[in-house]
Amino acid sequence: MNNSVSPHNSLVSVKNLSFSRGNKKIFNDISLEFERGKITAIMGPSGTGKTTLLKLIGGQLLPEQGFINVDGNDVHRLRRSDLFDLRKRMGMLFQSGALLTDMNVFDNVAFPLREHTKLPESMIRTLVLMKLQAVGLRGARNLMPNELSGGMARRIALARAIALDPMMIMYDEPFTGQDPISKGALVHLIKSLNTILGLTSIIVSHDVQETAAIADYIYVLSDGKVVGQGTPKEIEQSDSDWVQQFMTGAADGPAHFHYPARDYVDDLLSTGKRY
Amino acid sequence: MIEFLQHLGKETHTSFTKLGRGTYFLLQTLNGIVSVVTRPRLLINQLYSVGVLSFLIITISGLFVGMVLGLQGYYILSDFGADETLGVMVAASLVRELGPVVSALLFAGRAGSALTAEIGLMKATEQLSGMEMMAVDPIKRIISPRFLAGIISMPLLAALFSAVGIIGGQIIGSGLLGVDEGAYWSQMQAKIDFQDDIINGIIKSLVFGFVASWIALFEGYDAIPTSEGVSRATTRTVVNSAFSILGLDFILTALMFGDN
Repeated sequence: MNNSVSPHNSLVSVKNLSFSRGNKKIFNDISLEFERGKITAIMGPSGTGKTTLLKLIGGQLLPEQGFINVDGNDVHRLRRSDLFDLRKRMGMLFQSGALLTDMNVFDNVAFPLREHTKLPESMIRTLVLMKLQAVGLRGARNLMPNELSGGMARRIALARAIALDPMMIMYDEPFTGQDPISKGALVHLIKSLNTILGLTSIIVSHDVQETAAIADYIYVLSDGKVVGQGTPKEIEQSDSDWVQQFMTGAADGPAHFHYPARDYVDDLLSTGKRY
Repeated sequence: MIEFLQHLGKETHTSFTKLGRGTYFLLQTLNGIVSVVTRPRLLINQLYSVGVLSFLIITISGLFVGMVLGLQGYYILSDFGADETLGVMVAASLVRELGPVVSALLFAGRAGSALTAEIGLMKATEQLSGMEMMAVDPIKRIISPRFLAGIISMPLLAALFSAVGIIGGQIIGSGLLGVDEGAYWSQMQAKIDFQDDIINGIIKSLVFGFVASWIALFEGYDAIPTSEGVSRATTRTVVNSAFSILGLDFILTALMFGDN
């Protein structure tokens, strides 16, 4: 554990991480720091392995090279039981919510409490209602997951993620597929939970405006590399073409609109021979 | 030719890695059974959905299989004037073979496919992954209780199948075709051996329950997490379970009944 001392008060630090899927290099020697008590965002287009990064931090995937250190623990060198203990202190909000479909909202939020604590049912009830109140869905406790809208499901999942009072939460694309009102509610929730509960938040997202509005620090990833980093303001003023294209949403630029192909005219005029 | 060899090698490699994953999965599942014992609630829920919900299909199929056995047995046996041994024939066929085998096939179709689809969809909707991130081992929480429930349910379902089948044979044999009812039951009692027939039948159904549950759960757990992947996995569960059950039945029969 000689990596436990990290600069500027990081809760999570990723060092020289490389990871491939098949022949595709998802991360190529990247290093990131996630400061305690702050909201750090990882942005980048779809398919840059942002979700993969969260799974690596959570110890669900093994890196090819490099370390990930969470609160002084080298995630991939922990024993299974220690990893599970560490995960009790890490909340994760999945893109789909990942609610257990055979239980109602109340039981979903109570799930981690019932699995990991021996609290009496009356105490669990109080805790669950408090968590549900925090996300504004105390009234929805008897609904089943299939009766929830996408935004509600994500808020319930958030209530579940904070059930064990974790030290950090990882958000996987929290804003994707949400209507403006739910988006606004989530932006507000993420920010306020971070402040009130003193959490450290990691947000993976490609929703530029929402993320930039609440993040303290942003990393922009592309092709397995960090192409830009800084506070939202610094990112906005970045002189990197790549970052500019991503932040403004231009169709063509360093990231090409077209999937690699041979010359267009050539392709049209060819007579269907095998390429 | 080279292409063929390449293909063959690739297929072999794929099958063996899958076998390895399956074995590892089985070991983890068996390991998880210890923690199921401390939480009987999980097991009881699964006994209900795997076992109790299969009652209807097992009962009805058992009844019809028994009735058909009664008919066919009567036609053949009466040619030799041996229609009084109908009870023996029906009971022996059911307890030794049809009970364990047919109920296992029905179990794979009814409960196995449901298990694969359930686990596969849980994987596709990130529920398994979500559990892992909540520091809950999905093998212990989800897989092991279902596995144990499958092994416990199978012999009970097979016994139910055989019992209902014997009654079905009796309804047809003595109710419709006029075999003496006393002979039906007494011949059966005299000829069916507890050790040779009943215990062996139970062993068979335990083996089938083990294999069918293992295949169903592993296919679900190993499914590609898309709708197509889950649908393929479900198909594979039914096909592979059927093959395994029938193949194992041959082997077990050869081992158990060889001396008679």
